[in-house]
Amino acid sequence: MSVRCADMIVVGSGIVGSSTAYYAAKKGMKVIVIDKDGVIGNGGSSRNGGGVRVSGRLAPEIPLAKYAVENIWPNLADELGVDIEYHRGGNIRFAFHEKDLPALENIKRTNEAYGVNIELIDRAEAKRRCPYVGDSVVGAAVCDIDGSANPLKATLAMYRAARNLGVAYYSGEEAVAVQNVRGKARRVITANGNVYEGEHIVLACSYQARALANTVGVDFPFRQKLIEIFVTEATKPMFDFMFSAVGASGGAYGHQTEHGSFVWGGDSGHEHHPIFEKDTFQCIQPTASAISRGTMTYFPALAELKVIRTWAGWIDLCEDLVPVIGPVEEVPGLMVAAGYSAHGFCLGPVSGKILAEVAVGETPCVDWKPLAYDRFKSIF
Amino acid sequence: MKEYLDRTIDIGPYVPEADDDLIICRCEEITKGEIRRAIHEGMFTMTEVKRYLRTGMGLCQGQTCGRLVKQIMEKELSKGISTDGENTARAPMRPIPMNVYGKEAE
Repeated sequence: MSVRCADMIVVGSGIVGSSTAYYAAKKGMKVIVIDKDGVIGNGGSSRNGGGVRVSGRLAPEIPLAKYAVENIWPNLADELGVDIEYHRGGNIRFAFHEKDLPALENIKRTNEAYGVNIELIDRAEAKRRCPYVGDSVVGAAVCDIDGSANPLKATLAMYRAARNLGVAYYSGEEAVAVQNVRGKARRVITANGNVYEGEHIVLACSYQARALANTVGVDFPFRQKLIEIFVTEATKPMFDFMFSAVGASGGAYGHQTEHGSFVWGGDSGHEHHPIFEKDTFQCIQPTASAISRGTMTYFPALAELKVIRTWAGWIDLCEDLVPVIGPVEEVPGLMVAAGYSAHGFCLGPVSGKILAEVAVGETPCVDWKPLAYDRFKSIF
Repeated sequence: MKEYLDRTIDIGPYVPEADDDLIICRCEEITKGEIRRAIHEGMFTMTEVKRYLRTGMGLCQGQTCGRLVKQIMEKELSKGISTDGENTARAPMRPIPMNVYGKEAE
């Protein structure tokens, strides 16, 4: 058994945990990051579609997404010294049925309340901007400030930068409990029996944050959902923007990477009840084929493109589909950033910045209080 | 006790070698030197090197370069860090066009 001490102990080495460690270390804090996995950021951070966008987000998280897209992502490659392939090509959300048009109007209303411009375009304009979209398109919503980045590289770049600032990473250390000392969260105990002790304990470990918070009497309404995605062979540059289909079943969302491949996700409808190899993250059988059918309908020009790899991951769905971020009042010293409900990649760096600012007593760059853990109250 | 990886370990500085410009991953054209430098930047597992550089992410999915990358890593990390074995194999085993994959349900 060993005891290791720092100013801040972060559980989770993904984009959220590594960003928190990075920004805290930049402010002079001594930080330790532990992760149950042997590989850095091997959860959602390495399994997502790379969306860096504001549109289509729910109201309480839009201020964070807007800050991230306007102030963090454009400078991140320079700051971290790694080309994370951030590209602001906009996002086009296509509708293929008349009944889905109100959903686009709703996205426009929600975003514009926060000063994010959304342009609604008709069928002809959608075809003009994207000649590859299927003939059944009826309209689209466009958000210019949206874009994408390479989640694999961005997560590892954040880890690398944090490590260069002296952050100590221990992989394969599974946190099993948080312990209070004199009324303050102070220790994290791992399955190996090691103890990590610090002034600030940060739970940045998605769904697992729930079980850890439970050990000090706090609960978050999280559950897990399987999500799947695939990548195609590289081809000529065709799509400059992120795209998705609103209301789609067997749908499609994705983007063409700088490399030329398409990263493409979607649902088969079986995700809440998966027969799934939890250790290897193999996809369930129906999904890749369902996404392929979605593509054949929505973007027929891509139907002959070859799929080269499929994979799956868990998302941590919060009851109201927005994350829980910030300090936990009942347990001083405990902070959380989890429950991202599939939006964690874009929001990871800004969340880390906020937690680091809170930890050193600065005014945070975005008010986290609408996302505080105590918004879930029992009715009686 | 489960094995865990202390990433504060000092593996020494990156020292250039004569054959650093040798192409290891032919699909993505990644050289031995790039792989060795990535290891010294903290990429201590096969999966991390792959995600950082794209080794094994091309059309052959690492079937050609996987073992070579592993050998380079084992040599570079001689201080007893174990890499995470081989590249994870994922479906499909061979690239499949979407208009074929999509007919799986028929």
